[in-house]
Amino acid sequence: MKQQQINKESETTGAMLRHIRIRNRKNYLFKALIIGATVMCTLPLLFILFYIFRQGFTAINWQFFTSLPKPVGETGGGISNAIVGSILILLLSCVMAIPFGVGIGIYLSESPKSRLSYYGRLSVDVLQGIPSIVIGIIIYQWVVRPMGGFSAFSGSVALALMMLPSIVKSTEETLKLLPESLKEASLALGVPYYKTIMKVIVPTGLSGILTGVILSISRVIGETAPLLFTAFGNPFMSTDIFKPISSLPLIIFNYATSPYHDWHQLAWGASLILIVIILILNIISKIVQRKWKVQF
Amino acid sequence: MESTILKTRNFNAFYGENHVLKNINIDIDKNSVWAIMGPSGCGKTTFIRCINRMHELTPNAHVQGSMQLAEEEVYEMNPVLLRRKVGMVFQRPNPFPTMSIYENVIAGYSLNGIKLNRKEKDEIVETSLQRAALWNEVKDTLHKKGSFLSGGQQQRLCIARALSMNPEILLLDEATSALDPISTAKIEELIYELSTQFTIMMVTHNMQQAARVSNKTAFFYLGELIEADATKTIFTNPKNEKTQDYIRGHFG
Amino acid sequence: MPDVNREERGLQLKEKAFKNTLVIFALLSVVVLLAIFITLLFSSMPSLKALGISFFYNKDWDPVADNFGALPFLLGTLITSFLALIISTPFSIAIALFLGEYYKKGIMAEIFKNMIDLLAGIPSVIYGFWGLFVLVPLVRSLEMKLGVAPYGVGIFTASLVLSIMILPYSVSLSRQVISMMPGHLKEAAYSLGATRLEVITKITIPYTRSGLFAGLLLALGRALGETMAVTMLIGNSHILPTGIFSAGNTMASVIANEFSEATGTVYTSALIEMGLFLFVVVTVINIIGKQVIKRFTA
Repeated sequence: MKQQQINKESETTGAMLRHIRIRNRKNYLFKALIIGATVMCTLPLLFILFYIFRQGFTAINWQFFTSLPKPVGETGGGISNAIVGSILILLLSCVMAIPFGVGIGIYLSESPKSRLSYYGRLSVDVLQGIPSIVIGIIIYQWVVRPMGGFSAFSGSVALALMMLPSIVKSTEETLKLLPESLKEASLALGVPYYKTIMKVIVPTGLSGILTGVILSISRVIGETAPLLFTAFGNPFMSTDIFKPISSLPLIIFNYATSPYHDWHQLAWGASLILIVIILILNIISKIVQRKWKVQF
Repeated sequence: MESTILKTRNFNAFYGENHVLKNINIDIDKNSVWAIMGPSGCGKTTFIRCINRMHELTPNAHVQGSMQLAEEEVYEMNPVLLRRKVGMVFQRPNPFPTMSIYENVIAGYSLNGIKLNRKEKDEIVETSLQRAALWNEVKDTLHKKGSFLSGGQQQRLCIARALSMNPEILLLDEATSALDPISTAKIEELIYELSTQFTIMMVTHNMQQAARVSNKTAFFYLGELIEADATKTIFTNPKNEKTQDYIRGHFG
Repeated sequence: MPDVNREERGLQLKEKAFKNTLVIFALLSVVVLLAIFITLLFSSMPSLKALGISFFYNKDWDPVADNFGALPFLLGTLITSFLALIISTPFSIAIALFLGEYYKKGIMAEIFKNMIDLLAGIPSVIYGFWGLFVLVPLVRSLEMKLGVAPYGVGIFTASLVLSIMILPYSVSLSRQVISMMPGHLKEAAYSLGATRLEVITKITIPYTRSGLFAGLLLALGRALGETMAVTMLIGNSHILPTGIFSAGNTMASVIANEFSEATGTVYTSALIEMGLFLFVVVTVINIIGKQVIKRFTA
């Protein structure tokens, strides 16, 4: 009788142990699955980077930076027009987007609870989500049509519109974190409000604002869709902001979808340059964030 | 003869509907050290923030009645210009983190766009730091960031920054409450020395400090000025029962 | 003292000018958004008037005959976006658990977080280019094995690339949501003898459900409007898609391909109407997503 009971007990503990073992095994299996899936997701990134570096390096030489694309059938040639175009478009969009972005960010952090802030924040959120191709249409209607043609300027407006939300957000987030005592210190010295903001608050938050600006540049530098019907592209060197202009992403799109091997090579080279610029911008933003951070 | 530098008559302050200062009548005499005392929430900080009009930075805050600084109605002056005449030191040291010690002291001038030549600047920085008893400690590191100083040094830097503008009144809002005892002692000593040249109003919740440093004391309770007199009188022979209770530690 | 008065007036003016400038800037953000909507609406008018509701169920897109039906592109957009979402969701939740639960801190978290961020940094046009030269041949051989027409390009290829592209967007939100999971709830489950897997599936995921859903919504919003990579990989066919391997077009890719060549008011306007539709749908999805997060974090 007693023996039987013991047997039964050991049986149930045995079953329980087995159950726990299964559960533990499932637990480990799941963790392995998670790690596996995560690693797998980084593979495309590595493949893409590897492929671009391999293809791009063979395309790049001195001539690649200094000369214009050659017509079909001639080997060699470069993408100097696209590099100059990208720089020009981005400079122009920074000039447009930074004052507005920082200004809106200051407003949002200074009057966080006003009704205008609520709608402003909502608008900026919505603006950030607008598909880039729709931005292209808008700028075509707003700038290209009234001005009578594609232009570098219209491309810059499109990119500026895309940069704006992230500049606003990084400015607002940065300034919101600054202590109120900083503003009080300045105001108590008899420094007017506008100088307090421009000479004390903004310089103290500069690293955060700058990080946001750099990241927004790295995000729009590869944007193609909004440039299709604005900057349009140009096979020749142009620095006239009221004429069509080439840019790195445009040249990649046009040459990648062409049937010619030489042009594919140019596109690979341009892709490599674009990726390297984006990587560098990301690294710079990290450095700025860390090194320039103001200590209180 | 003592002259009055700050005078309030039927002065009231509000946060929205909240009546935080009620009918304050006080005369602050020149070159004295006033301690503003009272349990927390009594309006003492609000009172000194009304003097340099920092009070109105809070949304919905407003005031009524008269307050005169050197015979001029404070609430008819431009707040920015007023604040150049009234120095303020806050509870927590707040040097400008992007500026060096030197730049911090001269900030009142440089941020306001007042042009000075090198020599004038050097002079202001040196006298201000000397007045704040910080000169000897920082004279070799003037161009380092102010945020590397200790808390007590930072607070004295903030005092130097306020003094550099030669204010008519220096307001201290619990300026030692975030500091250690040794730094506190240094600042108290400093206040004592400064009283020969400046009028100082300090908010404190520390009765011993008020007794040690000030020669006049104002006692606030629930937004009312209960009693204002020589510190000795307040502590030994207060006229009002509430003051008596507070001094004896019956509330707060 | 007239001098002080002048200084005072100057100060007041500058303060006012500064504050007003800030208000105008903030107003401008609202005005720009409204102007975008109004511009799209007005520019769509000719097509709205000429085509009406048939625009959405007409399956023929023939600019030469002035016949504009957006159904193939509507379907193309929906199929590619949802297919991409289906492919990427298990991975995005896995990465979110990896970064928000298993490896919250340390070098592993740092490395993988940066790599996922970098995925978002690669331009769409480069995804498309890479897809053309690497994925298309792979898909083509897959299609040969499956016995479907081996184009290589098509809805499936576009979805595959799209799923990689939208991954960072859903990960960044789901990771935050999962790492915000209150510790005491998990501890309660652990103290009852639950394994980590059980805590995740029975406590963490149900608790963070709405946040994870918001992450998916934001990723969907991205997928719907994604243009370049899709344009390069989807095959650009105006015919109603018959399966996931058939070539197609999305609304965004049609606009990209035809907008600058469109002639005739109705043609251009029909393309803009698709842009309007995209704008409205994406905006609604984004606002719902933001609202869900707000409620989750509140």
